[in-house]
Amino acid sequence: MTEKVGVYICHCGTNIAGPVDVEEVARWAKENLDGVVLARDYRFMCSSLGQELIQEDIKNEGLTRVVVAACSPHLHEKTFRTACSKIGLNPYLTQMASIREQVSWVTEDRAAATHKAKMMVAGAVRRVQLQEELQPTEVPVNPNTLVVGGGIAGIQAALELADAGHKVFMVEREPSIGGHMAQFDKTFPTLDCAACILTPKMSDVGLHENIELLSYAEVDSLSGFVGNFDVRVRKKARYIDEDACTGCGICIEKCPKKVVDEVFEAGLGYRKAVYRPFPQAIPKFPVIDRDTCIYFERGTCKACEKFCPTEAIDFEQTDTYLDLNVGNVIMATGYDLFDCGKIPQYGYGRLANVFTSLEFERLCNAAGPTEGHILLRDGVTEPQSVGIIHCVGSRDKQHHAYCSAVCCMSALKFGHLVMEKTGAEVYSFYIDMRPLHKNYEEFYDRLLQEGMHFIRGRVAEVTDAARLPGEDGKLIIQAEDTLIGKQRRIPVDMVILLGALQPRFDAKETGLKFGVSAGLDGWFTERHPKLDPVATMTDGVFIAGTCQGPKDIPDSVAQGAAAAARVQGMISKGTVLIEPIVATIEEARCSGCRICNTLCPFNAIEYLEDKAVSYINPALCKGCGTCVAACPAQAISGAHFTNDQIFAEMEGLLYDVIGSNGATVKSPQPALEPA
Amino acid sequence: MSRSLGNKDDAFLNEVIEATPGGEALVTCLQCGTCGGSCPSGPDMDHTPRQLFQMINAGMRQEVLQSNAPWYCVTCYYCMTRCPKQIPITDLMYTLKRMAVRAKLYDDSDAPDWSSSFIGFVESYGRSFEFGLATRYHLTHSPLRKVGVGPMGLEMIVKDRMPLRPERIKGIDQLRTILDTAKSLEGV
Amino acid sequence: MRYGYYPGCSLTGTARPYEVSTKAIAGPLGLTFEEVEDWNCCGATEYMSLNKTAAYALVARNLALAAGEDKPKDLVAPCSLCYLNLRKTNHYMAKYKSLGKMTNQALAAGGLHYTPGSLNVRHLIDVIVNDVGYEALGARVTRPLTGLRVAPYYGCLLVRPDLNGGSFDDTEYPTHLDRLMETLGAEVVDFPLKTHCCGGHMTQISAETAYELIRRLLHNAAEYRADLLVTLCPMCQFNLDAYQTQVNRHLGTDFHLPILYFTQMIGLAMGMEPKALAIGQEIVSAASVLRKIGTAVEVEEAPQTRRKRDDKSLPMPRIREG
Ligand SMILES: Cc1cc2nc3c(=O)[nH]c(=O)nc-3n(C[C@H](O)[C@H](O)[C@H](O)COP(=O)(O)OP(=O)(O)OC[C@H]3O[C@@H](n4cnc5c(N)ncnc54)[C@H](O)[C@@H]3O)c2cc1C
Ligand code: SF4
Ligand code: SF4
Ligand code: SF4
Ligand code: SF4
Ligand code: SF4
Ligand code: SF4
Repeated sequence: MTEKVGVYICHCGTNIAGPVDVEEVARWAKENLDGVVLARDYRFMCSSLGQELIQEDIKNEGLTRVVVAACSPHLHEKTFRTACSKIGLNPYLTQMASIREQVSWVTEDRAAATHKAKMMVAGAVRRVQLQEELQPTEVPVNPNTLVVGGGIAGIQAALELADAGHKVFMVEREPSIGGHMAQFDKTFPTLDCAACILTPKMSDVGLHENIELLSYAEVDSLSGFVGNFDVRVRKKARYIDEDACTGCGICIEKCPKKVVDEVFEAGLGYRKAVYRPFPQAIPKFPVIDRDTCIYFERGTCKACEKFCPTEAIDFEQTDTYLDLNVGNVIMATGYDLFDCGKIPQYGYGRLANVFTSLEFERLCNAAGPTEGHILLRDGVTEPQSVGIIHCVGSRDKQHHAYCSAVCCMSALKFGHLVMEKTGAEVYSFYIDMRPLHKNYEEFYDRLLQEGMHFIRGRVAEVTDAARLPGEDGKLIIQAEDTLIGKQRRIPVDMVILLGALQPRFDAKETGLKFGVSAGLDGWFTERHPKLDPVATMTDGVFIAGTCQGPKDIPDSVAQGAAAAARVQGMISKGTVLIEPIVATIEEARCSGCRICNTLCPFNAIEYLEDKAVSYINPALCKGCGTCVAACPAQAISGAHFTNDQIFAEMEGLLYDVIGSNGATVKSPQPALEPA
Repeated sequence: MSRSLGNKDDAFLNEVIEATPGGEALVTCLQCGTCGGSCPSGPDMDHTPRQLFQMINAGMRQEVLQSNAPWYCVTCYYCMTRCPKQIPITDLMYTLKRMAVRAKLYDDSDAPDWSSSFIGFVESYGRSFEFGLATRYHLTHSPLRKVGVGPMGLEMIVKDRMPLRPERIKGIDQLRTILDTAKSLEGV
Repeated sequence: MRYGYYPGCSLTGTARPYEVSTKAIAGPLGLTFEEVEDWNCCGATEYMSLNKTAAYALVARNLALAAGEDKPKDLVAPCSLCYLNLRKTNHYMAKYKSLGKMTNQALAAGGLHYTPGSLNVRHLIDVIVNDVGYEALGARVTRPLTGLRVAPYYGCLLVRPDLNGGSFDDTEYPTHLDRLMETLGAEVVDFPLKTHCCGGHMTQISAETAYELIRRLLHNAAEYRADLLVTLCPMCQFNLDAYQTQVNRHLGTDFHLPILYFTQMIGLAMGMEPKALAIGQEIVSAASVLRKIGTAVEVEEAPQTRRKRDDKSLPMPRIREG
């Protein structure tokens, strides 16, 4: 049966019609391409009027295939498929040609652009005639959700879902949830005490009947698809029986082994080998750190076990694995702080009184190593002058080209805290001051009034080599004061480096595990930077908070809530449509070689022992095509991407080389001998 | 004289970029001042490197080429190593020196004469010649200063660290041909 | 181990002691240096100030002469300025294609050609610490420099510019010379100005500027109670040594800090006679401080870092490797 193809060329305002002669493309398609019964150009095909145009033609002209030459299918394929299916044409009988992204936006020469657009249309027309009707399958959505990471973004997402009555599994790598916010003293711009606003939310998570908190745990693997993910979680051995432990903390008190706490105290304070990062930790159970515990090192000690009133200590514990089923995943794995030692001219690690921003947060925190007193590294002396250096590792092509968004505000917060607690002089060295959000500029104004000094200039170096009067025994910050155009040397007692926020050290592997891609700078990539900021390219996997890019607490919270809302939408709908674009194996041709089995990235292929052939589970297959290309017997074909369809499209694209009469489309077999 | 503060004139900017390997990066300057802050000669310069770059952007040809800053550059490469935009600042300083010499616009600096004395020896012998350089440059240029440095030169000779006769390389004609060709290729 | 060797003009003049001591230690350390035939001046910092392409061609002639099938692939320069010029030309000719092309057109006029990247340009200290190695070097120490407090001074051009990560050591806080001096048994000062500028050619152009830069270095080294500064660059040595008297006179200071080459220190530690290392040709005499070698006082063990009960100090950051 010959198909009746309708071709629609979109102007996209002047986006396409500027560089491409759209009328000419339509005329040409109608006159030259086999199967085309009508071709139209229209200002905005995606508008309701544009869609109605197609629907009218299907009804009145009996179109059996539709080609829309417009933007990328990424944006509007769904629109046109839906429009067609509403009038009774199977949605998989439409095809888009991307003449905007691939032609008009990248081609200046009008003749060349018009020609290329014609070829793209020819490819789509040839292909669409071989496309087959396909039916998406509808599967139920598992109402449980996995939240990965228990920082403020993950906490917000989990609480929103749990409060709405849905079950949440929260997996947190550290012994306690809370993330970075738990390390802070005050939060800008309101100077709320971080613990006062965070800990109530943390204990809500801990107590919530709908939240199962898996702390000191990590996701081992994720498989399945939207609505139906299988998750394997590894719970690291705590060496403490959570059912027996009352959280009394006696073990911690009695433990003789003290080590520097590199995580929660940012290397500025100590913890025991059995520890809880901070008093309000959720959950309350401590963990024994195998790497530093004397017992694990030498086989004796067990002081903790001796004193534990409930016999909760269990040195025999091993890692355990938990298998969960969830419908959706929210990733909220947060950020790491830049390693400030990478900019040696700032002296971090060499000059004692150079601190990172996180170290300073701990210095300020009443529960921190100095009980909230701002002191120099000797633990005794109060600084009389403090320099704050902005953009350390940010806005720097040698490290991170992006702006870390929060550190200008941190500088203002630190300035206020230093002046309030010590009365010291504070100097901020900035490139640009970026107090961007609500009430932030007002906070900047407040600090100006409070007498903080601002010097516009990126610091050249911090040195202890005195050379001018007044510099002896000080750290000297050398910079160009760019507003004056002169080099200045400011002697201070303490320097704070506002290190960049950077992607988690293991973000790449985590991304791979969850099918989430990352940009060049390492942050997870959202589906659309403006219109879909919390979804990812993998259906059912969402991102929230700083794992997506630097942002402050209000933005992290907003994203956590947004991701939760997206998940709730999926849950209340109850089902998802699974694309029917899957691969199938023609049993008669399959030799049972099993090559495809291990190649499938989604583990969709199994081997049927009884029939001695491989089989693809359509629910797991994503239609990626890896197996299709790999099968030596050519037994696998991908629906909607059959060899015949792909060759037809290529022949169409080569229209001006092959001519219109490649009519019978045959997949050429590779020649065995050179002719 | 081109002076176009109001009306941005890219001709000078493009000329500077053109003459500097990797110079394109100049347009991304953040005006952060890391260069000016790092520069050991910063306090002696009439304009910091950062200011020069903004002036180049503003098309202030005359003022830039008259600046003493490039001549105070000791090529320590601190600025270039630390610049967050990886702008080849030291190379730009060289470019400005060359342009200033060609436009005869450098004021108030002995540096070009020192450079040409040096180059003179290289082009006639293939080697530099410290004794000749010291005497010729100081005698023709700043006889006063020579008095202060004199005893040091003498001591160098006594300590056998300053040969009194220049050495000439064998391939001096070949070298001159190469240098002449290079100059004509660059159009100078 | 065979290397191409580019001494550069200074080593035939003001930096004779560097040349002498390099040659003296090369043999015992198993290094064979084959001097580039008929090499020419690298142009120092001057040539580039007047001509660009010619400046690169000037350097490239040396590269072209040093490269060849039968010649060593590593070209060693003891002078940091020569090293920089050779290294930068090697790098820029490859990175900036039109510059590479023009430079080769100029070379062609003299019947030469250089394929950028065909040589590895290396500084002498790189060869000594990486090819000979600390261990082998330590094994040859017969007269440890015990008791000598040395300030390792790298200057600018050994480590800067970075040239796409090609720097031999950290651009701001290198440590190889420190470790080398420790290997020889010296007490090493953590010299904060170790990569600051020695004044470069400013001594010729604006002496005031240069004197101040030199003063800073001497002042800081003196503050750290260094007996002497160790250098690896002729220009650094010259400026700090030959101008020290001027600085003292001009700025009313009273420095007496000998400036020696690291090769001289290696030779001393290997038990060689000072004279064989051209020690004595420095303007600020090293004789009195060198008396310290061999007559060292016992160094008191640093107190163990066990925390005392009332020690309130906060831990120092752990510096991550790499
Ligand atoms: C010095 C400093 C001061 C700041 N001050 C303020 C302020 O005053 N006000 C403000 O609004 N913002 C401030 N910010 C920004 C603020 O820290 C962030 O916006 C916020 O903490 C981001 O929260 P998050 O949940 O996205 O990430 P995080 O707080 O980093 O939490 C991520 C959580 O995920 C866990 N995790 C990571 N990887 C895994 C994994 N693979 N599996 C399981 N769990 C994992 C982590 O252990 C952590 O608990 C400041 C930032 C800095 C650096
Ligand atoms: S002593 Fe026992 S009960 Fe108390 S916190 Fe430790 S493990 Fe838990
Ligand atoms: S065994 Fe000893 S060192 Fe280990 S956690 Fe228990 S008390 Fe601490
Ligand atoms: S927020 Fe401010 S300090 Fe932080 S990177 Fe951006 S400009 Fe620099
Ligand atoms: S197309 Fe093949 S390889 Fe790809 S997901 Fe489906 S079965 Fe796996
Ligand atoms: S350091 Fe670089 S970016 Fe900053 S002002 Fe200088 S040239 Fe511009
Ligand atoms: S290279 Fe020149 S301009 Fe740059 S910091 Fe050094 S002296 Fe200043």
